[in-house]
Amino acid sequence: MLSSKQEIDAILDRFKGRHGALIPLLQEIQSLEGYLQKDTLKYVSEQMNISAAEIFGVATFYSMFRLKPQGKHVIRVCKGTACHVSGANGILNAIRENLNLAEGEDTTDDALFTVMEVACLGCCSLAPVIMIGDQTYGKLTPEAIPGVLGKFAD
Amino acid sequence: MEKITAKLGLGSCGIAAGAGEVWTELEKVISENKYPVELAKTACIGMCFEEPVLELSGEGKAKVMLGKVEVADVKALLEGYLNDKLEYNNIILHEHEPAVHNDLIGNQQRIVLRNCGIIDPESLEAYEAAGGYQALRKSLSMKPMDIIDEIKNSGLRGRGGAGFSTGMKWQFAYAARSDKKYVVCNADEGDPGAFMDRSTLEGDPHSIIEGMIIGAYAMGADEGYLYVRAEYPMAIKHLRKAIADAEAKGYLGKNIMGTNFSCELHIKEGAGAFVCGEETALMQSIEGKRGMPTIRPPFPAESGLWGKPTNINNVETWANITWIVINGAAAFRKFGTEKSPGTKVFALAGKIKNSGLIEVPMGMTLRDVIYKVGGGIKDDKKFKGVQLGGPSGGCVPASLLDTTVDYDSITKTGAIMGSGGMVVMDEDSCMVDIARFFLNFTQNESCGKCTFCRIGTRRMLEILTRITEGKGVMEDIEKLEQLAVKIIKGSLCGLGQTAPNPVLTTLRYFRDEYIAHIEEKRCPAHSCTTLLKYEIVPEKCVGCTACARKCPVQCISGAVKQVHEIDQSKCIKCGACYAACKFNAITKV
Repeated sequence: MLSSKQEIDAILDRFKGRHGALIPLLQEIQSLEGYLQKDTLKYVSEQMNISAAEIFGVATFYSMFRLKPQGKHVIRVCKGTACHVSGANGILNAIRENLNLAEGEDTTDDALFTVMEVACLGCCSLAPVIMIGDQTYGKLTPEAIPGVLGKFAD
Repeated sequence: MEKITAKLGLGSCGIAAGAGEVWTELEKVISENKYPVELAKTACIGMCFEEPVLELSGEGKAKVMLGKVEVADVKALLEGYLNDKLEYNNIILHEHEPAVHNDLIGNQQRIVLRNCGIIDPESLEAYEAAGGYQALRKSLSMKPMDIIDEIKNSGLRGRGGAGFSTGMKWQFAYAARSDKKYVVCNADEGDPGAFMDRSTLEGDPHSIIEGMIIGAYAMGADEGYLYVRAEYPMAIKHLRKAIADAEAKGYLGKNIMGTNFSCELHIKEGAGAFVCGEETALMQSIEGKRGMPTIRPPFPAESGLWGKPTNINNVETWANITWIVINGAAAFRKFGTEKSPGTKVFALAGKIKNSGLIEVPMGMTLRDVIYKVGGGIKDDKKFKGVQLGGPSGGCVPASLLDTTVDYDSITKTGAIMGSGGMVVMDEDSCMVDIARFFLNFTQNESCGKCTFCRIGTRRMLEILTRITEGKGVMEDIEKLEQLAVKIIKGSLCGLGQTAPNPVLTTLRYFRDEYIAHIEEKRCPAHSCTTLLKYEIVPEKCVGCTACARKCPVQCISGAVKQVHEIDQSKCIKCGACYAACKFNAITKV
């Protein structure tokens, strides 16, 4: 576990005895540790009396949960319909090229960036759109990408 | 100087367009110059393409709305308006004089969006001043069945897409006998290209909460959930505040407004699964499980959340409730058509001039929505089709532009009304690629429970991909049609049952594009990169080197003032040269 047992326990205590707790509980653990670690999930299973299989099933079903560490900045590239017809593929390629990501990789070697494709960010009138952290950038062109990424270079 | 009010749109789209910086500048300019300006916040008025949007008003002055406001404009705008000498080249709305978008609002009918972009969504007082919680007060003095009758008589149909009578749904939940019932708001707006619910939640959260409290009272529920996509942080923030404020004021919680009725509401953040927009999957997800649909019956009205009777409505449906309670079913029926009364909110996006959020009476033609309200096609290109209903919907071609917007007419075209995403395509959009795009989406989002949905969508995607790469054969079209029928029949929930719609509608209206890809190995829209080549027209090339400088892979050669050439073996077909050339000397073939 990356964080202390006390920190995890503090989260678990708030959810004990509540029904439907698994998803919000995992969301909180992920925002604490950055991703869902095997050891942490085992601990959650023991403490909450939920089988490891059920936890793993939920963690792999929802796209938001990550089982691998992610970069400091998460880039969400919108692949919604409006972005698609406005050139989202070109934006994604430009980002991947700029970050030197090999095929199948989504996180840079220096763990600064993780690139994700998301279904729709709901900012369709600004298509194509990406989100870095909680900042949204719209009306992008492939040429604008180095400038945008440059703002997060440290 | 008389005091004026400056109101800035700070919805997600406004912030993305730079409204945050404009707000800081407004604060700075006002305090530095001691201008008599009251600064106010609101969310999205719907004109996302004009963001950041600033509204100026004052005693004895015409109210104006200004579009695309930049930090550098702020001081001059405030000064000009205060001294009645406002000069600005983008006045989008004007109270007395003609302005570019007066028609855009004039052709709309706002029921759901009545407060969006007008009030401060984080202020309960602002909502109350706009008549908020009066509908709840009125409802609590009515018999539950009278409220349900009113909703039934209004003819309101579920705005999530299926169009089932809301009043009937409420009656089923009302009739169910149980010690515990739930109401749920489906705010898991997953259709790519749709942002109606986001804007409503951000812009007027109390109207949805009030609708839910009324629904809970009418159906005999005392607890409710709002299931909101985690991708909508601002909507969640505004809802949390609205719930806390409503509790503090006694509109929510124990003994609401001094009556025996109690109700609590919770927010559940989604975790990223499109299928959770389906009501049975959504309930599984609230219960903390994998969001997989279950067989109906039993319907949620009998056995829903934790086996208790549950009523699920979409955001827009809930937002209609307070208006109907206050104004009555007859007033609601004045808008729209006989079978589809009321209005519908649409998110206009894609190749359209006025992309943003609109609300129009049902029964308006698609042509009027796109050309009158939407302003027509971007860059005045040729309209090709409009995609309605997201991955469950279909593409309506130009020949059917006079179809009216109502549940039944749209279903006849093969598309569906859906939740309100309207993505406009022009001559540069390839319809085979659009079908492939949606199948890629649905096969990704299929939960895997039903074989035909899980594997069938994958096979369809493979076929569509090979067609867009010029490797298709004519039998592929037949295979697509066969698979489509099997997936529709063999799937349990709406996701699978509607997944083939984008393919079926494009095959129905744009079959020639499929044939061009297969037989001529040609993409008529010049969109499919494998079938596309960029070439330089020697007669037009002046040798300015603009394209060569923009090319990311340095595959364009040629000296200054000499005709350039593209090395096709290295070209990645990114289109940067095409965009850079000012002489139309690069063509797509």
